[in-house]
Amino acid sequence: MRAAREPYDKLIFELSSPGRFAHSLPACDVPESDPASHLPAEHLRATPAELPEVSEVDVIRHYSRLSQMNYGVDTNFYPLGSCTMKYNPKINEDMARLPGFLRLHPLAPEAQSQGAFQLMWELARDLAEISGMDEVSLQPAAGAQGEFAGVLMIRAWHLSRGERRSKILIPDSAHGTNPASTALAGFSVVQLKSDDNGEVDLADLERHLDESVAAFMITQPNTLGLFESRIHQITELCHAKGVQVYMDGANFNAILGITRPGDLGFDVCHFNLHKTFTTPHGGGGPGAGPVGIKAHLAPFLPTPVVTRTDKGSYTLDWGRPQSIGKLQAFWGNFGMLVRAYTYIRTMGPDGLRAVSDNAVLNANYILKRLEGHYERTTPGPCMHECVLSARRQKKLGVSAMDIAKRLLDLGFYAPTTYFPLIIEEALMIEPTETESKETLDQFCDAMIRIAQEAESDPHLAHDAPVTTPVRRLDQTLAARQPRLTWSPGER
Amino acid sequence: MRYISNTPAQQKEMLGAIGAASMEDLLVRIPPKARLSRPLNLVPAMAEVDLVRHLRGLAAKNANAEDWACFVGGGSYDHTIPSPINHLVLRGEFFTAYTPYQPEASQGTLRSIFEYQTMIAALTGMDVANASLYDGASSLAEGVLMAHAATGRDGIVLSRGVNPLYRQVVETYVEGANLRITSAALADGITDGEALRKAVTERTAAVVVQYPNFLGCLEDVRAAADVAHAAGALLVVVADPVNLGLLTPPGALGADLVVGEGQGLGVPMSFGGPNLGVFAAKQELVRRMPGRLVGATVDLDGRRGFVLTLQTREQHIRREKATSNICTNVALCALMATIYVSIMGKRGMRTIGELSVAKAHYAAREFAKIPGVRVRFSAPFFKEFALQIPRTPERVIGRLAKDRILAGLPLKTFDRQLKDCLLVAVTEKRTREEIDAYAAALARAVA
Amino acid sequence: MAQVPADLKYTREHEWAKVEGDRARIGITAFAQEQLGDVVFVELPKVGARVTAMATFGVVESVKAVSDLFAPLSGEVAEVNAELVKKPEMVNADPYGQGWMIVVKLADPGEVNALMSAADYEQLVAGAGH
Repeated sequence: MRAAREPYDKLIFELSSPGRFAHSLPACDVPESDPASHLPAEHLRATPAELPEVSEVDVIRHYSRLSQMNYGVDTNFYPLGSCTMKYNPKINEDMARLPGFLRLHPLAPEAQSQGAFQLMWELARDLAEISGMDEVSLQPAAGAQGEFAGVLMIRAWHLSRGERRSKILIPDSAHGTNPASTALAGFSVVQLKSDDNGEVDLADLERHLDESVAAFMITQPNTLGLFESRIHQITELCHAKGVQVYMDGANFNAILGITRPGDLGFDVCHFNLHKTFTTPHGGGGPGAGPVGIKAHLAPFLPTPVVTRTDKGSYTLDWGRPQSIGKLQAFWGNFGMLVRAYTYIRTMGPDGLRAVSDNAVLNANYILKRLEGHYERTTPGPCMHECVLSARRQKKLGVSAMDIAKRLLDLGFYAPTTYFPLIIEEALMIEPTETESKETLDQFCDAMIRIAQEAESDPHLAHDAPVTTPVRRLDQTLAARQPRLTWSPGER
Repeated sequence: MRYISNTPAQQKEMLGAIGAASMEDLLVRIPPKARLSRPLNLVPAMAEVDLVRHLRGLAAKNANAEDWACFVGGGSYDHTIPSPINHLVLRGEFFTAYTPYQPEASQGTLRSIFEYQTMIAALTGMDVANASLYDGASSLAEGVLMAHAATGRDGIVLSRGVNPLYRQVVETYVEGANLRITSAALADGITDGEALRKAVTERTAAVVVQYPNFLGCLEDVRAAADVAHAAGALLVVVADPVNLGLLTPPGALGADLVVGEGQGLGVPMSFGGPNLGVFAAKQELVRRMPGRLVGATVDLDGRRGFVLTLQTREQHIRREKATSNICTNVALCALMATIYVSIMGKRGMRTIGELSVAKAHYAAREFAKIPGVRVRFSAPFFKEFALQIPRTPERVIGRLAKDRILAGLPLKTFDRQLKDCLLVAVTEKRTREEIDAYAAALARAVA
Repeated sequence: MAQVPADLKYTREHEWAKVEGDRARIGITAFAQEQLGDVVFVELPKVGARVTAMATFGVVESVKAVSDLFAPLSGEVAEVNAELVKKPEMVNADPYGQGWMIVVKLADPGEVNALMSAADYEQLVAGAGH
């Protein structure tokens, strides 16, 4: 067995040497460079901040070594359910970096920002067409902010009709941001049970629908990877009681060109541009979460609204007295909007349809190959993701977490585990359309091997991972004695 | 289709393995009346070279800060972005990585966030910082909500010196919590002490001041802290971390929470997003903090490692009782900031501030030589100031645009009493030539 | 099988109460701490705070979960276990002893009758299948 090289274990502060520097700043070209001649002493720092003193070589080497400790889509298959870890096209990065986009100040005069506004306006129209909604706001910074905006608009709509509804219904299979965004908007959350197939329990829904309910929030397809087939009934039941219906768009990758929330009766939906629309995950963001609405909610859109005038120019419309307000300081995560725009124009309508077809095909292929080894949780074909249960393996002492860690050793990032909450030992697998059959086969071979190991050598999963730079980490210690900043005694 | 690997032959093979005759068999659960009966009405797929041409055309219509001299501030700044940042963040293992929920495969991201948290804490003078929120405005909103949760009180006092766009975001965020927002007026560009004392009561959860404030002026943060604390309220300071290499850190002036926009730390302006929401607090508030936190720990072999910690506060576990609904944050922007601060280092962070201050004060002095033009407020300012001019600011902006100068922000929409003023920002990037050219153009424009 | 001391009273939410004269000492059961995993933090009310039977009085956090703490009985908080701030692990190690959380001066001693006996609680836990 080859001896493993000791993994890199430095923090930038530990590379510091007094006097070293990496910056290159010009000499002061104006007279009076001493800040003390401009500012009273109480505003000037008494001691410099404790920051690194390193050379440019140190910086490049350190961060390059750190990057090598990560798995990325560029290097590894990432079957994370609900995250849509598809390939991030490089042309998107180039376009977002065009100086006319990258180096544009948000408060530059409108006359000098027309190209940016045009891009936003066209993207909003594209997303409206893709979703069958009437208007789209590009302002929310991420899916959770999109949800928050959507719920606030629903609230405003009810208030405009003289109604003060206090509850929002959310299935027990929902992503955590759904109840969190709902609570943030001041509503109380009523959790609905899913039926045995993992779909909305219509009877339970009907029981709960009354004039105290503002909205019903669901993901379509749902978080078990199933299309809610009775969706028309659901939206009709809700509308009959004045309840608005919200679609969490996290699973949009399954339905591009196939069906549209606007045609299914939804009043609001959000998009996760960092999922379906390929903007990169970046290790945890930035994302973008545009929100689409039907016309009756238009008066409540966040301000300002990017508008096209009769003359064909673009402007920010601030005249929205009923608007819910603002979600972030400026107009949206423009850099991510450029990437999504580039992607949509790269794919075109046929390409986007092929995305969903192949996403659904890939997920079903995995489901077929693995159904003999892991427990299925839903009947029939899945959509773009499938949820399996490791219950069988748990009985042998190998949990979903152990399986996830063992996959890391076999060169794959793990699927989503323990979500949705209603499935025991859940493994949620979303391959996306950008993976090849060869990769899917390698992944399935690895999963089958792990299932076999659970019977013969469970210690392999228990000990995993062993090939990563660190082994399993003590989460309890981290939570009991939080050390959230570096100090010289650190190491 | 270059992003989809499977060929028709492979698709057929896979369908065969599944036991489906065609793709339609896999979509059988979707009711026919739900199916879109036509292709999406979008621009047909564009070849890369055509798409690039189209986008370059759109980009060319915008006044970018490479070709224009940018004197606009107001919450976004044209600061230096050192060359190594782009090279490093384009490494695929950074920008195509997921949130570090599997820490063993994400030590790169986790370590850089730990470094980021440390740097922000050091710059702000606070005990702990989170891994980032979306932007300065929503960070402030989250901070206000945290103060409400921590004190049980429902009043928020916002100085009029806080960025008006931030105020709008706060108002949107506190709708659900039914908080009452009141204001403290300004006197000569900074918060009026008397007005602040009157506004703060035993129902106040937080007092918020911005440092430097929206008009560029330096507030008396210590005085605001005293007023807040005397009433049992928290002091929240909105600050721009790129200034804090030179400026006294709010933590040393009594802040309980520091929030703000970190875009100046190596994140491109990008027409206002993505940004970098900074959030740093005192130790006793750590369990109430929104957003992700990375902590140090050890692995099974005793090796140092890093993990997301205190996660039970977050939405994926706490759900409707979470400290915030935030999930995705801005990890890649935080990485840019981490690399930026490493490059600038101890000395560079101070120099950036020194250069900005020197140039801003030079500009103010030169502009004030023009008849009819004066710096509006006498309070000390940092890198931004309100310039009172004898012509309509919007017209002056239009005139200077002909010389490729982005002259500043007209203040009329923010405060009608300042309708004759222009907010001018001067960072370390503005050369003496650019400032002199602005002065000359301004003199012509107001003559 | 986690222990269930016979001399204590229990709630459906897995708290225990030990009546001591006109007061009751309160904590969470061995079953509860087992379900939670390693306890990392306990948020408790201050001395003097009022608690109401079956309303929440605090929060117990583990690495992967967080649970509300429900008061078995109403009254005023007379004592709070300050040790738990430094050593939350006591809840795991000794849930009925050093892991106690608060002592409440009872507003209505009659409420004790509404609590479950050890036998009833044992049945509840057995039904939960662990």
